[in-house]
Amino acid sequence: MMGKTLAQKIFDRHLVNKPFGDEINVLRLDAVFCHEITTPIAINDLVARGKDRVFDPTKIKAVIDHVTPAKDSKTAEQGKSLRDWARRHGIKDFFDIGRNGVCHAIFPEKGFVRPGYTVIMGDSHTCTHGAFGAFAAGVGSTDLEVGILKGVCTFKEPKMMKFVLKGTLPAGVYSKDVILFLIRELTVNGATNMVMEFTGPIIDTMSMEARMTLCNMAIEAGGTCGVCYPDMTTVEYLWPFIKEEFASKEAALAEYRQWVSDPDAEYAAVREYDLSDLEPMVTYGNKPDQVKTVREMTGTPVDQVYIGSCTNGRIEDLRIAAGIIKGQKISDSLRGIVSPATPAIFSRALEEGLIQIFQDAGFCVTNPTCGACLGMSNGVLANGEVCASTTNRNFTGRMGKGGTVHLMSPATAAATAIAGKIVNSPLFKG
Amino acid sequence: MKNFKGKALFLDRSDINTDEIIPAKYLTESSKAALKPYLLEDLEISGFNPRTDIGGKAVIVTRANFGCGSSREHAPWALEVNGINVVIAENFARIFRQNMYNCGMMAIEMAPDQIAYLFDQYADRDCEIEVDVDKGVVKIAAGDQKDCIPVKIADFDKCLVKAGGWVEYADRNY
Ligand code: SF4
Repeated sequence: MMGKTLAQKIFDRHLVNKPFGDEINVLRLDAVFCHEITTPIAINDLVARGKDRVFDPTKIKAVIDHVTPAKDSKTAEQGKSLRDWARRHGIKDFFDIGRNGVCHAIFPEKGFVRPGYTVIMGDSHTCTHGAFGAFAAGVGSTDLEVGILKGVCTFKEPKMMKFVLKGTLPAGVYSKDVILFLIRELTVNGATNMVMEFTGPIIDTMSMEARMTLCNMAIEAGGTCGVCYPDMTTVEYLWPFIKEEFASKEAALAEYRQWVSDPDAEYAAVREYDLSDLEPMVTYGNKPDQVKTVREMTGTPVDQVYIGSCTNGRIEDLRIAAGIIKGQKISDSLRGIVSPATPAIFSRALEEGLIQIFQDAGFCVTNPTCGACLGMSNGVLANGEVCASTTNRNFTGRMGKGGTVHLMSPATAAATAIAGKIVNSPLFKG
Repeated sequence: MKNFKGKALFLDRSDINTDEIIPAKYLTESSKAALKPYLLEDLEISGFNPRTDIGGKAVIVTRANFGCGSSREHAPWALEVNGINVVIAENFARIFRQNMYNCGMMAIEMAPDQIAYLFDQYADRDCEIEVDVDKGVVKIAAGDQKDCIPVKIADFDKCLVKAGGWVEYADRNY
C-alpha cells in the first residue's frame, strides 16, 4: 500500500463520512477558532435559526483582535456580540482586551494547536497553524457556523505539494524572504486546493516562529494550508502545555512523529530549491506574487513602516528589528509603528528592553491588535501613501484606500525605517 | 433555489481579490443589505465603474482565481444583495468557492479557452446568461447568437444550491 502524507493521515483519523462519494470529506474538528469580525455573523445566523448552541465549549477558542480597543460603535457591537456569546456558552478560552492578541499568534502561544489536529477559523491565515503539523484552514462564516454547531467541516481531498528547501539561509535572510520567494515561483494561484508541505534542512533549523511566518502566507499562493513536520523544535515549544501528558520530550516526539509523511507518499508536485543564495525579498504592485529582491527595490520612498501582524509580530521578529534599530533614530521622512502580536510578546519585549529601543528610535508602540494590517485602525494609510510592512497582503487599498504596501521581513522593515527608503538590512552582506 | 439567470457583467482580469470585492472597512456592517453600495468599490479595471455597471446584472464572467485573499463571506453576500448569484471563471480561490455554495450561490468553472470565447463573443454586447442546475449547462444569448456550454456541477455543490446552504444540511446529518 502506498504511503500517506501528513495531511492524508490527519484526514483519515478525522473522517466522519464521505456523503457524496469520494468528493467531499466531512472531518471532525479538534479546535474552532473565532474572532470578532467573522464570528458575530455566524452567531446571529445561529440565533435566527433557533440553533444557538456550541458543539463543545472547550474546543472553541475566541479572541477580539482585529479592532481592539473598539474604534467606533460598530466595532464595539462586534466585540460585544463575541463576548456575550462566549459568556453565554461558557467558552473559557476567550481573550478580551488586556489579554488579547492577534489570533494566529495568541492561539499557538497558549498551546491550543497540536500535531495531528484539525483546526478551522473564519480567517484565511488559519493556515499559520500548520507549522505544528496540524491541518488548519481558513473558512467562511457558514463553515465556521457549522463548525461551532457541530464540530465538523467539509474538505475536498487535498492535493499535496512538497517543498524541499536545501542549503542554509544567508545572514539577514529570513523565513519571510523564503515564503515571498516561493509565492513568486508559484503565483497567487499556484497552490489552490493544495496543502504545501515545507521540508528540508532549512525548515529543520527554523524556530516555530519562523515556521509560522512561512505557513502563514501559504494562502497567498492559494494554498489550503502550509504544514511542517513535527520535530523536537515543535515538542520544545509545546512542552509547557504537554508535560503532564508525556513522560519525556522523547516520548512526545515519538508520538508526534506518526504525523510525518511516509517516504513513499505521493505528491501532485515536488519542488526542490537550494536557498543558500537567497536575498531579502520585497513585494511591489498589489499582488503578493509581485516580488523582487530588496536590492532591485532599493531607494523606494516610504511614508510608514509597520512591524507587526500574525506574519511577523512575534518576539523573534521584534528582537531582529530592535537589533537593527538600537541606538538609531527612524528617518524624519516617515513614521514607524510596532504592534507586538500578543500581551506575552509585549511583556517579553519590555523585559528585554526592546520596547525602549523602539520608542527611543521614534516608533509608536501599540497594544497587540491586527489594526493597520487590514486598514481598519491604528495606522491606516492616506491616499497615495506607501507602507513598508511585515504583514502578508499588499492588495489595493489593504492598509487604507489609495495606499500602497510593500511586504518584507522585520529586518528589512527596520533598516527601511532608519534609511527613510527601502534598503537591505546591515545583517545581509550579499 | 436562488435566481441564476440575467444580464452578465464581464470583468476582464485574473486574481480579483476579496478586498476588491468588498473592502475590509465595510466588514463592520452587520447586515448583508448594508454591503450593497460597496460591491467592487476598489476594483480598478479600465472602463469599469462600479457605480453604473453593476445595477441590473445577475451573472459575473471573469478570468482566473476569482475571490482570492481573505475568508470573508461578505464577498458572496455583497454579490447576493446586488442580485448576482453566479460567477463564472476559469477557477476560484478555495474559500470563496466554498462560501458561494454554502450560501446556495454558484461558482462555475470553465476552461480558459471557453472563458476566452465568452469574452471574445459576448463581452461588449448586451448578453444574458442562464445556469440550468439540473441539466448542468450554461446558456448564453445576445441578439441572434446563442451558445450552450456544459459545465460540471458536483453533487455536493448541487445539494447545497438546492438546500439553500450548508447549515440545515449539517444540522440534520451530523
Ligand atoms: S494580523 Fe492581519 S492578516 Fe493576520 S489575522 Fe490580523 S488582519 Fe488578518
